[in-house]
Amino acid sequence: MSDAVFEKLAALTPDRRSFLKALGGGLTFLLTFEADAQESGANGHHGRGHSLPENISAWLHIGEDNTITVFTGKVEVGQNARTALTQAVSEELRTPPQAIRLVMGDTDRTPFDMGTFGSRTTPTMAPQLRRAAVAARETLLDLAARRWKVGASSLEAANGCVRNPATGKTISFGELTKGQSFVQSIGPVKVDKPLSRSLAKVDGRDFVTGKHRFTADLKRPGMLYGGILRPPAFHATVSSLDTSTAEKLPGVHVVHDGDFIGVTAPNSLAVTRALAAIKATWKTEPQPSNKNLFEYLKANPDGDAASEVVRSSVIAVDGNRPQLWTTYHISYIAHVPLEPRAAVAEWNGSKLTVWTGTQRPFGVRSELAEAFHLPEESVRVLVPDTGSAYGGKHTGECAVEAATLAKAVGRPIKLVWTREEEFTWAYFRPAGVIEIRSAVGKDGRITAWEFHNYNSGASGITMPYDVPNQEIVYHPSRSPLRQGSYRGLASTANNFARESHMDDLARAAGLDPLAFRLKNLTNQRLRAVLTAAAERFGWGRAKVGANRGAGLACGTEKGGYVATCAEISVDPDTRNVKVERVVTAFECGAIVNPDQLKNQVEGAGLMGLGGALFEAIQFANGRILNPKLSEYRVPRFSDLPALETILLNRRDLDSSGAGETPIMAIAPAIGNAIYDALQIRVRALPMAPHIVRG
Amino acid sequence: MQIELLVNGRIHRVDTDLERSLLNVLREDLDLTGTKYGCGEGECGACTVLLDGQPARSCLTPANAAAGKPITTIEGLEKDGALHPLQQAFLDADALQCGYCTSGMILAGAALLQKNSSPQPDDIIHAMQGNICRCGTYPRIIHAIQSAAASMKRGEHV
Repeated sequence: MSDAVFEKLAALTPDRRSFLKALGGGLTFLLTFEADAQESGANGHHGRGHSLPENISAWLHIGEDNTITVFTGKVEVGQNARTALTQAVSEELRTPPQAIRLVMGDTDRTPFDMGTFGSRTTPTMAPQLRRAAVAARETLLDLAARRWKVGASSLEAANGCVRNPATGKTISFGELTKGQSFVQSIGPVKVDKPLSRSLAKVDGRDFVTGKHRFTADLKRPGMLYGGILRPPAFHATVSSLDTSTAEKLPGVHVVHDGDFIGVTAPNSLAVTRALAAIKATWKTEPQPSNKNLFEYLKANPDGDAASEVVRSSVIAVDGNRPQLWTTYHISYIAHVPLEPRAAVAEWNGSKLTVWTGTQRPFGVRSELAEAFHLPEESVRVLVPDTGSAYGGKHTGECAVEAATLAKAVGRPIKLVWTREEEFTWAYFRPAGVIEIRSAVGKDGRITAWEFHNYNSGASGITMPYDVPNQEIVYHPSRSPLRQGSYRGLASTANNFARESHMDDLARAAGLDPLAFRLKNLTNQRLRAVLTAAAERFGWGRAKVGANRGAGLACGTEKGGYVATCAEISVDPDTRNVKVERVVTAFECGAIVNPDQLKNQVEGAGLMGLGGALFEAIQFANGRILNPKLSEYRVPRFSDLPALETILLNRRDLDSSGAGETPIMAIAPAIGNAIYDALQIRVRALPMAPHIVRG
Repeated sequence: MQIELLVNGRIHRVDTDLERSLLNVLREDLDLTGTKYGCGEGECGACTVLLDGQPARSCLTPANAAAGKPITTIEGLEKDGALHPLQQAFLDADALQCGYCTSGMILAGAALLQKNSSPQPDDIIHAMQGNICRCGTYPRIIHAIQSAAASMKRGEHV
């Protein structure tokens, strides 16, 4: 063992050393961390634990019983990272996926990870695990070569064994690791591109049988249920409180500290009743409503955050005629993960353990450590595979609340937010105002592009088309509602505005929307998806009928390229819009798992359909007015269009993530189709309220 | 008060407040956590169970109203280690992402298959409209229900 590896081991806490010991004999591979700029989504700080050396990003262990265990701080929230990462190891280790177990998102057992967001698992973590698996494979080949006294290059690894093709002799990986106990740090090794093979969700059976335990399904000995008394409005403070009735209820404890008022009880109905029995009055303050939201966002720049000039050129739009000047309004929307925020918290002396569904287990550990003035080593956060997140689960408020209750009553506490709490006390995709001014020449080439985004964000803000004169600025505002990350961040908003505007420009230039885009686009990857989608859709060939329309849009973000063609129908009486057919082409480099990729592209498109047509948060005076699924419409079975997905596999390129970018083209494609059907241009998300009659 | 719940062919005697929902009793008292909370107002279908063979929203069903009637939860669909054809079809079609809606989807779909042995997409959309998959796996779920119908007809799983 090299000195460097000894140093790394010495840096492990006693807990981790004993954990390594608990793995038993076998081979452990520590993967050296490569600094990688991960983009942050949510507000809040990023904690960094001290219990692991900072330069280890993953580890892989091969046990004497042939079990291969991989440890990564990434989490599974439905994007099927567990399956994709298992595939990475399986392919390089020449081992069936069934032999591989991933330990994910456990701050005591997995190396530090910034979080699972920004579509970074596939481009960053998967290649790292591939490296670990290649190093492991090479070590196993060496061990067999020494045992058999042959050259390692004459051996091959297959099906969890090393085989000598000359003699037909095989030996299992586990047998090779017997009596071995060493830790190897991994240097640079060459890894293969993914094999682009479909593999179903690795632990799918646990989900179709109900065996999988989400956070809300966990039970601890002596556990009670918790609940929080929520104020009637944001920023409200308690002015009077009477908890005497609640405290008399059997088994109920009231926990009160400043504006924190919570209860614990033996079951969740008892929690609801105890909360209802508390008499509290609150001091509230007047707050903006969504009626004047867009004026508010423009009038209230965030004084602390400088405008971000993404691109600016000397020549402005003026002088480049004809001009088109349009404004777009983007509503707040909610993530609506079907599993609301949940946490189970348990204290053991001064050690705190919390199970919770979060995209940032180490970030939540920091939040807990700060809230309870603990060293981070005293807090353990575990993330059971979670009932979706979509960028909405970066923060740890539910974990802190559960731990507060658990500390006060000295029992483990399960806290599951109600749907109404999830709608109200989490955070939203930012609302925004987008203004575009542009000019197009007689030859149909765009000559100038000026783009201002107020509040919704800078993701996907850059111009993919070729324009000599550009000014692109993101202006942060003081948001009246708490806002944060969302699938694709602001790329949906920015692309909706841009691609709606592009259609208007095409008409101004007297060109077909596809021809106009291609005329102004040299990016080959974006051209490829655009032409693939248009070809399959039959763009320009198919004549759409009365009360129907066709539209297209494309965009690129986070290394992914997407184009969507949509056909819609409009009820002539009600003007209800139904999306009838959607063709999406997507390219994200070398495909890891075609079927899972298709699943993500379809799912992102359907989620985008909701934000395009009907999802919007209504609020006034610090209250959310539609915090229920009966009042906030998400896409259902009847909203499903005929979906066609084209995957372009660029095996010559590195893989990018795919969970987010496929969402960004559907809203403008639908908007352009609505224009085609009705000659009504809707410059707002969601669109349906602006066209429906009645 | 004590009630008897007949869940997945087993009788459970539960001492409970009669106003508690079936969902909470299944999850909190019987530890049958495959049935999920999603909204508490019967809008998402995550809490779907079969009550007397009919799909029911366990979040809106008082436990007392379910007493004595046969209740099937997701844990009761597997028979002697063999998955229900629809469970198998969900796996084959990879008709899930996060899997939180899956229990409710499978029970709603199984109820449909009992009434309609060859459901067309419109039948499925109509029957499943009250079940939300936020990950958007609807096309796969429709496909899974139709494949399960086909395999049940072939008698593969009976």
